[in-house]
Amino acid sequence: MKNKTYIKIRSSLILSLGIALFLGCERDFSDDVEFDTFTTNGDIFTDEPVGLTDEFFDSFDPSGANPANPEGFGTDDNVAFEGQSSIRIDVPAPDDPDGSFIGGIFLDRGDGRNLTGFDALTFYAKGSTTATIGEVGFGTDFGEDKFAVIAPNIRLSTDWRKVIIPIPDPSKLVQERGMFFFSAGSQSTGGLGFTFWIDELRFEKLGTIAQPRPFIFSGDDLQEQTFIGSNIPVTGLTQTFNLGNGIDQTVLIAPSYYSFESSDIGVAIVNELGQINVVGTGTATISATVAGVRAAGSLEVTSTGNFQAAPTPTRPSENVKSIFSDAYVSETESNFNPGFGGSTTEFAFNTLNDDTIVSYSNNNFSGIVFENTVDASDLTFLHVDVYVDQAGTEFEIQIRDVGANGEINTDLGNGLPIGDDKDRRFTFTGLVAGQWTSFDIPLDGDIANQKNNLGALLLIDGPNFTLDNIYFYTE
Amino acid sequence: MKNIQTKKTTSAALKYLFVACLISFFGCETDDTQTVATFSQLTMSDEFDTDGAPDSSIWGFDIGTGEDGWGNKELQYYTDRPENVKAQNGILLITANQESFEGSNYTSARLITKDKFEQRYGRFEARIRLPWGQGIWPAFWMLGADDDENPWPGAGEIDIMEYRGQDPSILIGSVHGPGYFGGDAISKEYTLENDRFDTGFHVFGIEWGPEYINYYVDDVLYNQITPEDVDEETDGQGVWIFNKPFYILLNVAVGGTFVGSPNAETEFPQTMLVDYVRVYEYNEIN
Repeated sequence: MKNKTYIKIRSSLILSLGIALFLGCERDFSDDVEFDTFTTNGDIFTDEPVGLTDEFFDSFDPSGANPANPEGFGTDDNVAFEGQSSIRIDVPAPDDPDGSFIGGIFLDRGDGRNLTGFDALTFYAKGSTTATIGEVGFGTDFGEDKFAVIAPNIRLSTDWRKVIIPIPDPSKLVQERGMFFFSAGSQSTGGLGFTFWIDELRFEKLGTIAQPRPFIFSGDDLQEQTFIGSNIPVTGLTQTFNLGNGIDQTVLIAPSYYSFESSDIGVAIVNELGQINVVGTGTATISATVAGVRAAGSLEVTSTGNFQAAPTPTRPSENVKSIFSDAYVSETESNFNPGFGGSTTEFAFNTLNDDTIVSYSNNNFSGIVFENTVDASDLTFLHVDVYVDQAGTEFEIQIRDVGANGEINTDLGNGLPIGDDKDRRFTFTGLVAGQWTSFDIPLDGDIANQKNNLGALLLIDGPNFTLDNIYFYTE
Repeated sequence: MKNIQTKKTTSAALKYLFVACLISFFGCETDDTQTVATFSQLTMSDEFDTDGAPDSSIWGFDIGTGEDGWGNKELQYYTDRPENVKAQNGILLITANQESFEGSNYTSARLITKDKFEQRYGRFEARIRLPWGQGIWPAFWMLGADDDENPWPGAGEIDIMEYRGQDPSILIGSVHGPGYFGGDAISKEYTLENDRFDTGFHVFGIEWGPEYINYYVDDVLYNQITPEDVDEETDGQGVWIFNKPFYILLNVAVGGTFVGSPNAETEFPQTMLVDYVRVYEYNEIN
């Protein structure tokens, strides 16, 4: 009880002192008041790194499939916006043996900084040419990246320009180690390496960052049929601000800036990392706010209850070239939502008990486009498991051989293959709501003698269906 | 117990400090170099405390598109519909919408006190939160009450507040008259440092007497325009005409030559929030 009283008194004291400071009155702090120990210094690089780790620059992985190039980072004593020195970054060409891009982070050397008094990360940048920096931001710490913010496509000028990256909700940043983040390649210069300089890098309180407009699902109001046990990520997390110069700046922001809500937690719950977990039967709408501002976009999940997985394939893997199945290694990566012009299709992966399925909704025409063509010369069937919620659902699949040129060639007037393309069309009928139906479609008809460059499975109408275990095979 | 005593001491010190601050604040008013808001006798005020249409004894409307978009190629159609103008919760809301209406792509509202409230000299001020975005042009301004017989710019214009939605920290105060109008108006910009006009309310005002108009925002006097300024800026050709009654206008324009058209980033609707309009009598001292 005594302890409780003590805390109350201390809180009032802190409040009073806060007001006194606001009015410009300077007072010594009482011995009993404890403030947090995280520094509120906003400076990151002035003429030298400020309070950063000894490494200063912590590169992305310089080994692996897409190695970062750690060689192009340094400081330049001949170029500065202010003072004597700036950060110099030499962006490599794609064929640079040390790595095709440069990127990494700056970390606070202590336990992190209290950035709640700032509203933006700012710096001055100039380029050797008018290139674009792919991504810059803060909050990436190579740990949880909990409050990561990324501004894409920062345009460089050949003179110094101030770059402003808004903080979505400064009150969250009570202990942040990720001071700066960047990633740059030569995509914007047609493969020519270039140099850019950064100076006066710091967090600032500008007072002119305004009109926050957060988004989830890129601002779309989506609907999805699902079932108990599904995990669905909240995607399309961005926030747009109006800067002091009247220009909008959009940043990609981490889920932890949002407060997510479910309209019925008996149907779906959503955690602070933006993962929706379907826990019951019915309909729930997922929405969100950032710092009290309602985000545009939502997801209405309709859960049909317990879900039965598609039958597990039993064919020996040597007889199979798989496109999408947890039972086999995929023959090629595929794009499950190519976004054909005029397509209204929404798509989502759902994972239940380690089994991933792909759901299409509101489909008019979409498809699964293979990154590499599949040679099915020795194979005889396409297997597909189909699940629908609505009786009477019918839709068509077009197994497309794209020919030697590797491109989908379609007569946009009638949708028929042209050039060196051929296809085999099949309509899924007799589907029963609420259960899986397995289909084995012979690779015959127009592709009987041309199935060595299979490039896509086009999906027409529906409009709502779920697919699993899509693979070519021979018996 | 010791803690509690410390707290009491703090509070007492605070009170004292607060009083000191008040004194220093009001102290400014007795200083002749700062003549912000010295007139105190109200002649008209609208606090917009009645929900619904604005008080018709004070406010009328301009309706339609005027001639050539009110002379500025403005894009909106002005209406008096509640979608464009209404009082709610003590605030007057003037809203620019993007919609097809009578051949225009935008609607908004323009309130005028012509023939209802006109005054020569005095303090005219309004507490306003401004809208924002490319092509949004709100204004709190005045026209000479004799503008039917003496058309613009002859009758004169006093722009207490103009602002471009794409420059959210910049206020513009101007006068227009014969020999100094349109792009040649006598004008001054004021930049709100480390802040902007669309995120909070600000008081925009003038104190107007014979031979001077003082422009202020909040507690900052940022410009004074006098007949000498008109002389200087027009090489003696301009005439000081701010010696007769003027009426008040409040509007949100969309597009036009002053701001340019809205673009894809401009968000609609855009609303100007007016907490109050107050007019005070000239006290014949300053």
